[in-house]
Amino acid sequence: MNYPSSLKYTKDDEWLKIEGDTGVVGITDYAQNALGDIVFVELPKVGAEITAGKPFGTVESVKAVSELFAPANGTVTAINEELAKSPEKVNQDPYGAWMVKIKLKDAGEAGKLMSSADYEKYASERG
Amino acid sequence: MRYLPKSDAERSVMLREIGVKSIDDLFAPIPADFRVKGDLNLPRAFAESEIVDYFRQRSAENAPGYASFLGAGAYHHYRPVVIDSLISRGEFFTAYTPYQPELAQGTLQAIFEFQTMICELTGMEVANASMYDGSTATPETVMMAARVTGRHGAVVARSVHPEYREVLATYALHQGMPITSVGFLENGRVDMNALERAVTEESACVVIQSPNFFGTIEDVAAAAEIAHRKGALLVVMISEAVSLGIVKPPAEADIVGMEAQSFGVPVGFGGPYAGVIATKEKFVRQMPGRLVGETHDKNGKRAFCLTLTTREQHIRREKATSNICTNQALVALMATIFMTVYGREGMKELAKHNLSKAAYAAGEFGKKAKVLFGGAPRFNEFVVQTIEDPKAINERLLQKKIIGGLPLKKFYPELGNAALWCCTEMTTRARIDAVVKEVA
Repeated sequence: MNYPSSLKYTKDDEWLKIEGDTGVVGITDYAQNALGDIVFVELPKVGAEITAGKPFGTVESVKAVSELFAPANGTVTAINEELAKSPEKVNQDPYGAWMVKIKLKDAGEAGKLMSSADYEKYASERG
Repeated sequence: MRYLPKSDAERSVMLREIGVKSIDDLFAPIPADFRVKGDLNLPRAFAESEIVDYFRQRSAENAPGYASFLGAGAYHHYRPVVIDSLISRGEFFTAYTPYQPELAQGTLQAIFEFQTMICELTGMEVANASMYDGSTATPETVMMAARVTGRHGAVVARSVHPEYREVLATYALHQGMPITSVGFLENGRVDMNALERAVTEESACVVIQSPNFFGTIEDVAAAAEIAHRKGALLVVMISEAVSLGIVKPPAEADIVGMEAQSFGVPVGFGGPYAGVIATKEKFVRQMPGRLVGETHDKNGKRAFCLTLTTREQHIRREKATSNICTNQALVALMATIFMTVYGREGMKELAKHNLSKAAYAAGEFGKKAKVLFGGAPRFNEFVVQTIEDPKAINERLLQKKIIGGLPLKKFYPELGNAALWCCTEMTTRARIDAVVKEVA
């Protein structure tokens, strides 16, 4: 399992990349592995407000549906259209296959998420 | 699944293996106060001959050999004999949850064919494996439209079956969804001006039925234009499936909800029937109900399986498209066999018989009473307004072993002494003449 150190992580297995006041969101290697083959990703519309800790979309595999939880407060500025046609990219490259880009309400708040070391420890404890 | 009876000897072996003396010991964890003492108050066991005799006697209390002019969502059509002989096969008749691809390819294929034929008949791109019936399919289509559009209201024509509207009202009430009603004109069709005023930015859909409850064929294109212009979906309900043999399918609809009873399903006692929902491919993820798809197995052979099951409540739970996670497999199978046996040409011919019988009857009724809603095409039902109360006319007809049209006063009091009459291919000219004679 791979957890890039440049990213921040949530307990619900999302990663957040902070670039100034923009946040890029996706799901971790642990998550894509647990879900199995991903067949569909349901994303919000551009302009939608997302709230930290609240669901903003879903990711479906052949056997399960999982909610996507927002890692931070913000407004959706872009969604990854490629995932509509090729949801399997999330399995192949979970850190490249971003899901939404958001304008962060508070970049400082976002910085309080787990580091890659903390997340790796958290992931290994869950088995 | 087979039923495997057990002998006392086999029971003893099992109890010994488990390590208890009697079956009662297995219930020991349940506190004594909660265990029923003594036997349940049930009649004694009947011998097979007594059971057969009991049902023969009850059956004789029915009224066999009566001619019926009732429609209103439950239609008396001929059921080809091959239907019962095929559905009685054990593989179909007693199959339970026949959705495991590894052992139910036959059933899954039959459902796939059902879905395909419904699409061909309705002009839609995908159909589900069936709902419980037309009345419950109605609120399911509305809730589906609400999910697709993100809007929380619906506009429903009064010419939609009153009982379908009642079921919708039950669902809508508990979901806090406002339903706006739109009336009909003298030609029996939806009042388009009223519809224009009723559809707002909060309307998820417009719901019409065609042929409607009065048998009149609606202007589906006009309703679609209004709905779509305002960002709402158009739901078209169909309660008389045989109409699809001759009436232009509602291709402008976004969602079609149907009752499949006309396709070889007995009128029964109001059920069991099978509803269907069919829609455009782009809405498939919001459609409720089972869906069978065609795919390949690991050896590259064609195979069938359930698909898009993440819509359903056993996976998505409270966020599912519906609480339904089954279908009316056996009833839908009757419909599948019916559609197959009639085929494209047979359906047309069947529909034409219905059309001409009803046209003849309406013509004859028109000589003695007022046939309402002229001025728009109808299929196999029409409304007759009489001086006399339809209930009194029906009393006289019952003496002649004829069940007359459905009195409409309880649903449409403004129509006065009106009744809804239905003629199918089973209706004879002689009976039509006998009935018209009784009318004043």
